[in-house]
Amino acid sequence: MFKLVKRLTSIVAMFAVLFTFTTETMAAKKSKTLKNTQKKGFVRCGVSQGLPGFSNADAAGNWTGVDVDVCRAVAAAVLGDASKVKFTPLSAKERFTALTSNEIDILSRNTTWTLSRDADIGLTFVGVNFYDGQGFMVRKNSGISSVNDFKAGVSACTNLGTTTELNMRDFFNSKGIKYEPVTFEKADEVVAAYDAGRCDTYTTDKSGLAAQRIKLSNPDDHMVLPETISKEPLGPVVRQGDSVWEDIVRWSLNTMIEAEEYGVTSANADMMKTSDNPAVKRLVGAEGELGAALGLDNEWSLRIIKQVGNYGESYKRNIADTGILPDRGPNELWTKGGILYVPPAR
Amino acid sequence: MNFKKILPQLLTLVVVILVFGFFSYNAQVNMENRGITFGYGFLTQESSFDVQFSLIEYDGSHSYFRAYLVGLLNTILVSVIGIIFATIIGVVVGIARLSSNYLIERTAAIYVEFFRNIPLLLQIFFWYFAALRALPLPEKAEPMFGVFFLTIKGFFIPAFIWNNLDIFIYSVIAAIIAIFFVRAYSKKKQENQGTQTPVLLISIGLLIILPLLSFLLGGVDASIEIPVIEQLSKTSFTYKGGLKLPPELISLALALSLYTATFIAECVRAGVQGVSKGQKEAAASIGLTPNQVLKLVVMPQALRIIIPPTTNQYLNLTKNSSLAAAIAYPDLVLVFAGTALMQTGRAIEIVSITMLTYLTLSITISIFMNWYNKKIAIKEK
Repeated sequence: MFKLVKRLTSIVAMFAVLFTFTTETMAAKKSKTLKNTQKKGFVRCGVSQGLPGFSNADAAGNWTGVDVDVCRAVAAAVLGDASKVKFTPLSAKERFTALTSNEIDILSRNTTWTLSRDADIGLTFVGVNFYDGQGFMVRKNSGISSVNDFKAGVSACTNLGTTTELNMRDFFNSKGIKYEPVTFEKADEVVAAYDAGRCDTYTTDKSGLAAQRIKLSNPDDHMVLPETISKEPLGPVVRQGDSVWEDIVRWSLNTMIEAEEYGVTSANADMMKTSDNPAVKRLVGAEGELGAALGLDNEWSLRIIKQVGNYGESYKRNIADTGILPDRGPNELWTKGGILYVPPAR
Repeated sequence: MNFKKILPQLLTLVVVILVFGFFSYNAQVNMENRGITFGYGFLTQESSFDVQFSLIEYDGSHSYFRAYLVGLLNTILVSVIGIIFATIIGVVVGIARLSSNYLIERTAAIYVEFFRNIPLLLQIFFWYFAALRALPLPEKAEPMFGVFFLTIKGFFIPAFIWNNLDIFIYSVIAAIIAIFFVRAYSKKKQENQGTQTPVLLISIGLLIILPLLSFLLGGVDASIEIPVIEQLSKTSFTYKGGLKLPPELISLALALSLYTATFIAECVRAGVQGVSKGQKEAAASIGLTPNQVLKLVVMPQALRIIIPPTTNQYLNLTKNSSLAAAIAYPDLVLVFAGTALMQTGRAIEIVSITMLTYLTLSITISIFMNWYNKKIAIKEK
């Protein structure tokens, strides 16, 4: 009898300890994410399952792409080494859950910034690293040269769980066309099904269409229609509730864009320390105490530029030189006719 | 001492409640920290996404709850088709494995070993992409009987539109009730007089004659809609009118039934072999024909062995149908736990509803099969 009571009390006590322990550690502290990242020694980054130009792994498992570079920039700023990133490939369906459930600390996976995602499900978008829009790909010999040529009964292949599904409905509804949506969980299956002729058109972000077209059996038989039916600002996402971490990711991205604006590249970054322009000097950490505000040292931005390069270098390396989208379009600096414009680092 | 008996159970209960409470508390705190609200109110909101294949009327202007129903019905549809075909193939192959004909027995054995040893997901992909590669484009499809078109965009069949369907349904119900009476009567007759009535023939006759009578009295008001080819652009075509079975449904049902049939075949073989040889010999020695031996002696005993493991296979098939998401068949997982989850971000709510739904589906099948099992079990008098 006493034995049982004793055992009971010990079990209850154990649970009580567990409770107090977890509630204590769960209480929000100032950038737990930063502390954890430094303790682990790597940045946990969620990327796509393979989208050339944005996040794509080669045969040796090396990740490249503009989305990948955002995570590398954060690693360079926080840990001093751009290679210290652990990439987790995620499907569109898994991505937000992975972030909110603490599997990853940055989601940099061609993700569209929308109000409901930003406000409703515990996420915070920190900026835009690629301005995109949804388009359609069709077979060249179909004679379709504009979205106005689609007729009722058209079947459209796309990815599950994306803004694409909603835009597609808005678009076809506004045209009064009855259509057949065929949605797959993985991009590879979408490409295979479209390639086989299951669908008349493949719709997703235009950058995605350009990248996936390479995977088709005869890329030259297909073309992307000129129209853009939606705004798709793609950018990195962090969990809501850690504003210090949010700032680090935001300003790591901004640093890359601002570096391009001031002509600071991975090659000349060290020499820029002696520049006459105070804005450039601040950017490479030779002036001011900007790192301290983020809880980092003052060379954080210099490391980003030296190890990852500025935005223009990243774009050229990943998207232009690979032939995906040689023309930068809206993703050009505001000074050169594009819409890339970031707040000043000062 | 009664208290001593109850205490361990009470303890277990307390521990279970504590563990449950701990996890839900943890989830609550975490969600609060990240500003996630919890609630099922989203179910009435407009879903604003479309689904390619639905048994009920649905488009993006309907609610998320309606989208849930669409997914659920599609899951049930593919499961029912799968269970029916898996049972038919399974029984045939199972009996073929017992055949004394070497060729038949070996073919059945190879089929079983081949299909049950390859992961189901691979088979689904195989059937889907093999089908997509092999099937013709709509404009090149050869019509079967002039009105069926099997194409890469789906299987287009004529739709049978019945305007006075209700009369037909009533007559079928009447026929079924009549069959029950005939069966009860024949059983009584056999018990009292020892003579047999051809119940099966009478039942089939009733099922044909009563609906036929309803046509003669009510007249047939039906029409057939034949699919017609339609041009979408210079090189792409589709069919309009009639019914369309998407290739996703066909390949999923095919993969599920071919895979599950192998297990059912083994259950059937085990069941028939489980009936002792003496039973068959005894039945034959009292002058029963081979058909009667199978029907009256072997099968009733074999079924008792077959039913419980076959129930497992039905449950497996239903749950395996959730692999549909891989090939774009809009089942519960794809529509609700996929698109709806993504658009609302309500992971905990949607996953809990989905889990509960599968649980309910499985338990329903389980209850039905257990009832059937009890019905055919040996009744000790």
